[in-house]
Amino acid sequence: MSAIEIIIEPGRAEKNYWRDLWRYRELFQVLAWRDCAVRYKQTVLGIAWAVIRPVLAMLIFTVIFGRIAKLPSGGVPYALMVFAGLLPWTFFATGLSDASNSLITNTGLVSKVYFPRMIMPTATIAAAFIDFFIGLFILATMMAWYHILPSWRIVLLPIFVLLAFLAALGPSLWVTAVNVKYRDFRYVIPFLVQFGLYVSPVGFSSSVVPQKWRLLYSLNPLVGIIDAFRWCVLRSSVYWPGVGMSVVVVVVLLWLGIRKFRQTERTFADLI
Amino acid sequence: MRNEVVIRVENLGKSYLIGHEMANGRSHESLREAVGRQARNIVRAALDVSRGRQIIHGNKIEEFWALSDVSFEVTRGEVLGIIGRNGAGKSTLLKILSRITEPTRGRATIKGRVASLLEVGTGFHQDLTGRENIYLNGAILGMSRAEIKSKFDEIVDFAEIEKFLDTPVKRYSSGMYVRLAFAVAAHLEPEILIIDEVLAVGDVVFQRKCLGKMKTTANSGRTVLFVSHNMQTVAGLTERAILLQGGRMVAMGKSDEIIEQYLAEQGPTNTVYQQTASGTHPEITRVELHTSRSGQLQQFGKPMTIDVEIHAPEPVPNAAVSFQIMTSRHQPVLHVLNLDSEVPMLRSAGTHRLRCLFPRLRLYPGTYYLNFYLGASEPRRVLEAPHQICPFEVAVLDEVREFYWYPDNALYVEDVQWTSQVIVAEGASGKPVLQVHSGLQD
Repeated sequence: MSAIEIIIEPGRAEKNYWRDLWRYRELFQVLAWRDCAVRYKQTVLGIAWAVIRPVLAMLIFTVIFGRIAKLPSGGVPYALMVFAGLLPWTFFATGLSDASNSLITNTGLVSKVYFPRMIMPTATIAAAFIDFFIGLFILATMMAWYHILPSWRIVLLPIFVLLAFLAALGPSLWVTAVNVKYRDFRYVIPFLVQFGLYVSPVGFSSSVVPQKWRLLYSLNPLVGIIDAFRWCVLRSSVYWPGVGMSVVVVVVLLWLGIRKFRQTERTFADLI
Repeated sequence: MRNEVVIRVENLGKSYLIGHEMANGRSHESLREAVGRQARNIVRAALDVSRGRQIIHGNKIEEFWALSDVSFEVTRGEVLGIIGRNGAGKSTLLKILSRITEPTRGRATIKGRVASLLEVGTGFHQDLTGRENIYLNGAILGMSRAEIKSKFDEIVDFAEIEKFLDTPVKRYSSGMYVRLAFAVAAHLEPEILIIDEVLAVGDVVFQRKCLGKMKTTANSGRTVLFVSHNMQTVAGLTERAILLQGGRMVAMGKSDEIIEQYLAEQGPTNTVYQQTASGTHPEITRVELHTSRSGQLQQFGKPMTIDVEIHAPEPVPNAAVSFQIMTSRHQPVLHVLNLDSEVPMLRSAGTHRLRCLFPRLRLYPGTYYLNFYLGASEPRRVLEAPHQICPFEVAVLDEVREFYWYPDNALYVEDVQWTSQVIVAEGASGKPVLQVHSGLQD
């Protein structure tokens, strides 16, 4: 006989919350797999979309910022620099917008089945990895084309991928929690994401920002992440205090997100 | 450890806040007023948001207790039925026990791995194939991948969808979809199973198969909480039941007693068809059906009486009265007839009463109604025919048999006599030697 005992009481903070989360890891995998599996179902081009979108964005940024505005790229081909920034940005943006709606699009699950709710937005962000890996493959192809070899720093890349994941997770948790109650946030997120593309160093290098503003600029966590990405892949210069600042911001946002989520998740099924 | 309490519910309650839009007494509202009201609502909503409160529409807010003060215990291996009308709090109770929603008051303790089945096919994804959905749905219901893998063939077999395993479920017929969904759920093996009304779907044959599977589940020592509107299913599957009414628990006890109490609240023991006589021609003025139990519930094998009153302004020569017992699917089961030449009737002016007694009603469990006919032979004519009257339900309450009483298995049960004897004895070869046994059974 199992020793599991569940006590259900109002306002009871789940003592075994994190252990429960671990126990449900298979559900996490299955949900992430589902989101990947259905991502490009019933589209004509299918997975090609994961190639077309970033490549088009790269061309536009390269033409506007590189050719027309003639911004510096720190010695690497401009297109390559743009793509190396686009990769973590797209991952972050897709993860954030999909995860923010994850509970609402899965209303049926939330109101009919118990599972630690945090699984849902987390699995949704994880599903955005599929596009990320395809992007990584394109990046490798481009580097081969330009005859650029990555250095030893490439082994540190997973750390910054994880950082991008956490950067998306924190705000997602917060927005998801609030979105269940107030659907207004469904309209706020696409706007924020669009806006964020221009305030983050995606189409340009963050070296164009005056030195005295760089730390302040790094309050945008994507600044540190994108800079570090370029440093890993393309040996661009990096402003480490900025990366440190971004890490701090990511951690704070994650903490705020988890706190908000846990405060409200018990009422999700009633409100959704 | 059969008497170990595995579910203990103490004073459980759940309230919701609901808003009403109160009318301001006038039927019209000017645009200016409407805009003003909207603006006030937005301001109030913004205030609510800033305080982190839920937005409730309407200008009058009320606290509504969907469930209040419910306490009971369930021991290991017990199958408990939960009955009550819509809105009695059944689903709320199941949702709290499944940890989907939180109670407002009280406490519940559950020992063991719980799986709840509040809906068939929760989380099915239209674009995924049957095979993929088995894994998805299984994981959602709490099965591990290894568990699903080991039961995969059994599930596919049960659902009878081998050929369509790699077709997206959106191309499935609704029957196939439900079969697949239920097949996954039927193979859950938790220690405690919580089931909401889920058998109301699928075709009859499959429903019967599911009932059989649930019965084995119930007999395998698993604890089951079961909500259903089908009283026959509750009576057949559960030993004990609780009755909820308006969020409160009003009774708990043996299933058949609780079912009777529930049905008694639904209505009187007799169903009556009544019509005022016009006085111009012979008419059926009243049909009264007396069932063996209250709530229009007729127990299988018990007497049932039908009283018919006919008003005849003048004698009806060669009168004929008959009725059909129809199933809820409008299929006739019995035709019962009386002719004047058999039991004389309506030979004088006035109101007459005819009584028809079924000493031992042997209709199969289900819902039925009557179609009546009043007529005369020579000249042959139908004088009046009130149809679809006096609905009633037949149920088996105490005579539970293995492999029997599945809904729609039959319409009628006949007394038979079985005999069994050994015709070629194989003696000590190890095969059992059957004893001659005979008896009267249904």
